Amino acid sequence: MNLLAVPILLPLVFASVMLATRWPRVQRLLSVAGALGLFLVNLAILWQVDRVGVATLQVGGWPAPAGITLVADRLSAVMLVMTGAMGLGIAVYSLGEIRRRKQRFGYHTLLHVLLMGVCGAFLTGDLFNLFVWYEVMLIASFVLLTLGGRRGQLEGAIKYVTINLVASAFFLAALGVLYGMTGTLNMADLAHAVDRIDRPELLTVLAMMFLVAFGLKAGVFPLFFWLPASYHTPPTAITAIFSALLTKVGVYSMIRMFTLVFVQNVGWTHGLLLAIAGLTMVSGVLGAAVQSDMRRILSFHIVSQIGYLLMGLGLAGPAVAALHVPGRTLNDRAAMAVAALGLGGTVFFMVHVILAKTALFLVCGVVERLRRSASLDRVGGLATTHPVLAGLFLVAALSLAGIPPLAGFWAKFMLVRAGLEGAAWVVTTAALGTGLLTLYSMTKIWAEAFWKPLPAGELQRRDRVMTRGTRLLMYGPTFAIVGAIVAIGLWPASLEAFATRTAAQLVDPSEYVAAVSNHAIFSRSDRERAAMPADSGTSGEAPR
Amino acid sequence: MTVLLAVAIGALYACGIYLMLRRSLVKLLLGLVLISHAANLLIFTAGGLRRGAAPIVRAGEEALTRPHADPLPQALVLTAIVISFGVLAFALALFRRVHQSIGADDVDRMRSTDT
Repeated sequence: MNLLAVPILLPLVFASVMLATRWPRVQRLLSVAGALGLFLVNLAILWQVDRVGVATLQVGGWPAPAGITLVADRLSAVMLVMTGAMGLGIAVYSLGEIRRRKQRFGYHTLLHVLLMGVCGAFLTGDLFNLFVWYEVMLIASFVLLTLGGRRGQLEGAIKYVTINLVASAFFLAALGVLYGMTGTLNMADLAHAVDRIDRPELLTVLAMMFLVAFGLKAGVFPLFFWLPASYHTPPTAITAIFSALLTKVGVYSMIRMFTLVFVQNVGWTHGLLLAIAGLTMVSGVLGAAVQSDMRRILSFHIVSQIGYLLMGLGLAGPAVAALHVPGRTLNDRAAMAVAALGLGGTVFFMVHVILAKTALFLVCGVVERLRRSASLDRVGGLATTHPVLAGLFLVAALSLAGIPPLAGFWAKFMLVRAGLEGAAWVVTTAALGTGLLTLYSMTKIWAEAFWKPLPAGELQRRDRVMTRGTRLLMYGPTFAIVGAIVAIGLWPASLEAFATRTAAQLVDPSEYVAAVSNHAIFSRSDRERAAMPADSGTSGEAPR
Repeated sequence: MTVLLAVAIGALYACGIYLMLRRSLVKLLLGLVLISHAANLLIFTAGGLRRGAAPIVRAGEEALTRPHADPLPQALVLTAIVISFGVLAFALALFRRVHQSIGADDVDRMRSTDT
């Protein structure tokens, strides 16, 4: 059975029903039910894709490249599962954290629209359709960010909205020019259409435009300054879902484009990706070091972790370039091993970082709920008053820093091994150093918020009372996510094997391309592209 | 025609970026509008311009006669226009709300959440 349209349709249906529902209680119930359904469907897709192979769906029965393709390979599928899992966790958590009034103002509807946009972005096999899903995601995130309309939120939203609109304009311009040069926007078709254009040097220019467009969304150096300026302003549940999904969509798009399409000039593009990766890691973690508010520290760490994700992609450059030519197999075993480890490490790290960051934000939300503030000057002593909370924080923080035997250790282990085998000394050093600085940053939160006694000025302020129901709603998802981190840490083998299989599928795109072209009319003669002769990108205006 | 459009696109981008670099919220919004127009025109131009050859199958024929204009960029531009209309309408509402609650039009006074 083909389930590929369900992750898009299910949130849409639930969002519309919730919009029409007047009873807040029904709305809350529907929200959790919809997220649970999405999670289960996405699990089924992952299971199917991993066992049977790349799944495709031609929307409306129109053949590619004219019709829109939905494709799920292992990377898409694992991202879908993470989206479903985080959606479910946040839907439950926000019932406890977000004020009832905001919930009634369409919070749950928007959450599901956001999930729909993210799932669509992971599933689509068409660049313009990706742009549309980006916009769906953005408009939902704009409203979520400003829901409540406090001054800080509005100020953060100005930067967030502006920079994202600029990124969209960049993306749009880049895909317009790409269409002008190749005559297609289907990603699988593009993989080989780009080899036929007459001026390959222009492709590198385009690759840079896409890098800027996706880099702005992903928050890479030096384009990330909007992120720590806006992510700490909305309620914590919203920050958590943004940090789990939105920047990752940018990274996913980069992985897709730089393994499938832009692999002609890897010395430059993937070398640049490696440089960006190193700088992103270091600048993010250094930014975090000077902050004194839990949420601002964690926001900078989002940026820093993006660097690790790009590191694996950059290291895979030589192998993806060699395997891009159809029918060619790569004899260079060393390059293959680096690519498998690098991209595999990226996938493993993606799973780990989504879990760890979300857990940290959820803990931070509980602290804010208790003490009305996440500023490190105003909290303290939580280790004695709330030992369970302290334990949850400790596990997630140590995993983020990469301490064995937690999930983060294995993810960094794969990436660092890839770096050493690929002889990328600088970026590997940066990765290890960033791990150390991350530990410093986490220690700072631990010492200030959990260990030190409560500051004298705050003594008379009592903890806000949490009812049993609220406690259950807020601790439940946090426990589940931290449990997953520990489980992956103790039994990393199956996820590592899966990550390696995913990497193999990314390094050699032939399976992806073949799956899409089964339903496609890709051959040149069949395509009605008279307006654009194959040998010239832009034709003049005069009719012949 | 292509050259003329290229110049127009360049001018739109330049004006848009200049406006966005100003400190006023209204100019920021106008800059965003101009940039999205420029991107739309760029798709239109990059997709190839061809006059007097509509991509319509004539009566009694099976397929299109070449050469004909490519209809896809126009469909893309149309979609992009609708999306940018919606998004910019939201931005306008947001900026108005910001102006109401902060009482200023100057982005330099909106730095309390910066790091």
